[in-house]
Amino acid sequence: MRSTPRGLSHRRRGGLLKAVGAIFAAVVAILLVVAPASQATTPSPTPSPSNQQFQNSISGFLRDDARAPIADVTITAKSGDFTGTAKSGANGAWTIGVPVQGTYEVELDESTLPEGIKLADGQENPRSVTFSQTSNLSVIFAFGKGIVVQQQDFGQNLLNRLVAGLSFGLLLALASVGLSLIFGTTGLTNFAHGEMVTFGAVLVFAFNAMSLPFWLAIILALLGGGLFGYVQDAGLWKPLRRRGTGLVPMMIVSIGLALAVRYVIQFYFGGSTQQLPYAQSTEIQIGPVSISPNNLWSLIISAVVIALIGIILLKTRLGKATRAVADNPALAAASGIDVDNVIRIVWVAGGMLASLGGILWAYYRPGVTFDMGSQILLLIFAGVTLGGLGTVFGALIGSIIVGIFVELTTVFGLAADLKYVGALFIMIVVLLFRPQGILGRRERVG
Amino acid sequence: MDFGFIFSSAAGELFSPTTAAYALAALGLAVHFGYSGLLNFGQAGFMAVGAYGFAVSTLSFGVPFFIGLLIAVVCSAIFALLLGIPTLRLRADYLAIVTIAAAEIVRYIVTTNQLTSVTGSANGLAAFEGGFYSMNPFPEGSYLGMNNRDFFIRVVGWGLVIVCCVLVWLLMRSPWGRVLKGIREDENAVRSLGKNVYAYKMQALVIGGVLGALAGMIFTLPRGAVQPANYGTELTFFLYTCLLLGGLGTVLGPVVGAMIFWVVLSLTQGILYGLIESGAVTWLNTVQAGQLRYILVGVALMLLMIFRPQGVFGNKKELAFA
Repeated sequence: MRSTPRGLSHRRRGGLLKAVGAIFAAVVAILLVVAPASQATTPSPTPSPSNQQFQNSISGFLRDDARAPIADVTITAKSGDFTGTAKSGANGAWTIGVPVQGTYEVELDESTLPEGIKLADGQENPRSVTFSQTSNLSVIFAFGKGIVVQQQDFGQNLLNRLVAGLSFGLLLALASVGLSLIFGTTGLTNFAHGEMVTFGAVLVFAFNAMSLPFWLAIILALLGGGLFGYVQDAGLWKPLRRRGTGLVPMMIVSIGLALAVRYVIQFYFGGSTQQLPYAQSTEIQIGPVSISPNNLWSLIISAVVIALIGIILLKTRLGKATRAVADNPALAAASGIDVDNVIRIVWVAGGMLASLGGILWAYYRPGVTFDMGSQILLLIFAGVTLGGLGTVFGALIGSIIVGIFVELTTVFGLAADLKYVGALFIMIVVLLFRPQGILGRRERVG
Repeated sequence: MDFGFIFSSAAGELFSPTTAAYALAALGLAVHFGYSGLLNFGQAGFMAVGAYGFAVSTLSFGVPFFIGLLIAVVCSAIFALLLGIPTLRLRADYLAIVTIAAAEIVRYIVTTNQLTSVTGSANGLAAFEGGFYSMNPFPEGSYLGMNNRDFFIRVVGWGLVIVCCVLVWLLMRSPWGRVLKGIREDENAVRSLGKNVYAYKMQALVIGGVLGALAGMIFTLPRGAVQPANYGTELTFFLYTCLLLGGLGTVLGPVVGAMIFWVVLSLTQGILYGLIESGAVTWLNTVQAGQLRYILVGVALMLLMIFRPQGVFGNKKELAFA
């Protein structure tokens, strides 16, 4: 880690412009490789044959709560004397062509539903729907396994959610430890971290679609994530640091990068949800807890990786150097630590950790989408802020709290579609009373 | 490729109600970030509060238009107070994270199925604009190629933009505005002069938030519908792009920035679609062309921030950051 202080090389605007161009080109180039593979396997939605002669349509996808498609369900749309009927296809899609935009009564024939599946509580059927300016109106029917599920007792449910929450919290921690390390060493609040999470999962999907073995796809995706981190630092953040760009402008640059990368991924990956191999799994019983094998693996892998990170940070020279840079970069440089090198390693490690987090997140949800990373970006921020910005172990604790909290709120009666609200709300409340976070130091708040 | 159509639709964006809404919301951001140095990443939340405040009060309580307007404005002011209390004492990046989280909380709450009867969940609300259009003083007919409805919303939207611009301009050259700029430059210096920095920041947050709420209303009225998907974090980032295009610490900057943003988006879309239809570009489909535009927005935001942070009109000395 020790090296002579470097001479400052002065690459100014031209160099920076090239660098920004290069990083963008690199992202595109990497994704170009992905494109043919992912597009080849994208299942083209084939709406069931129905009244296609109309320009306007009412459509939707029928999926049960495990996201598996429900086929051969009859749906009817009525308005005045017009009646259109459709059956959902093998992929759960249904479309009813309608003559004019207006208000329709849509009814799902519950007698055609497969056994054991019924509409979720509170799902209006029939319901009245109205077009708003678009030629297609999508109607969502949510399903719950109401009849087949036996009543779980509260303690059992609590325990299961607790373990699931721990698994979720640890995968969040993988991403937030990287974010926190980057913040600690460079001061950058990286809004593009969510895209680094997505990147890992998308790479696994792409390599797998190229029919590489699963283990190789994972390793390549982790390396790809590390490379993404390295390219970002070398091409963008290092030149910006050289220029002395402030932290707020860098934060806004990271937002621009996040938008660009998110839509580059969507450009090649498309807007649909794809599954990684082995995503389907049935829950197994371990002692009193029932957990899916994927969640269990995710829990074990992230716990081991985080323990490794902790050991590296506490025991090795590299870890000590990293903590020294996080504490005071100028002093660290003066005592012979190569600050640039430490930051480069932090970016590579952060990229790999985010990739791993993304792969595990793809199994937890389950599914890969272009915006899966930005969906949990705020939870990652919540974890990091809860623990204290810039403290690695704080990020770990904060993320676990967020993960468990998100899962437990559903046990205590908060609706599933509001579960992220609880975590974000807790973050705001903690900032109110202890703004430096759980492990943060007062001075960092400024 | 029909260049006449492409240019005329791009020119149409120049004065579209959506552009007016973006201009207003970006003006609110200029008050927050450009003049006071408050890094508000939750402007989409303020717009959602405005839009839903108006729509819900009209549909659920059946109040007349101006009461609905008042309720929307009051709601956004309360939202600003709630946000400001925990965060205004904190550093800029904390404020950024909290405001973006609060905006997402608003979006989750209006999306949830629990409140479908009030907010319409993911489908949103519609048919609340009757009260507004019933005040239309223009008789039916063609005005500059628009019907009286489209013309009315444009007149109101841009009238509001002009009024707000003048108000912000007057505010910022008043003693109050000078204190605000002082806070942006050096908070401690202003505090040592005996000013209540916290109160000034809070007032700025409320004013910018109210502008955001008005923008939310102008955004939804011509659509006749409000949907939660429109108020994601991307909206805030697009507003920042508009603001940075025009210039941070300026009154006209956000307005011109919003115009440039929409004209460029419309032009690139028109040209890309034209190239695809004529067969000159085969490696793109129209869906991808739409995504390509957002990639360009992201790259533009990065390049602007790196190479011209003061935007078109801004003064480099007036930047909220060093």
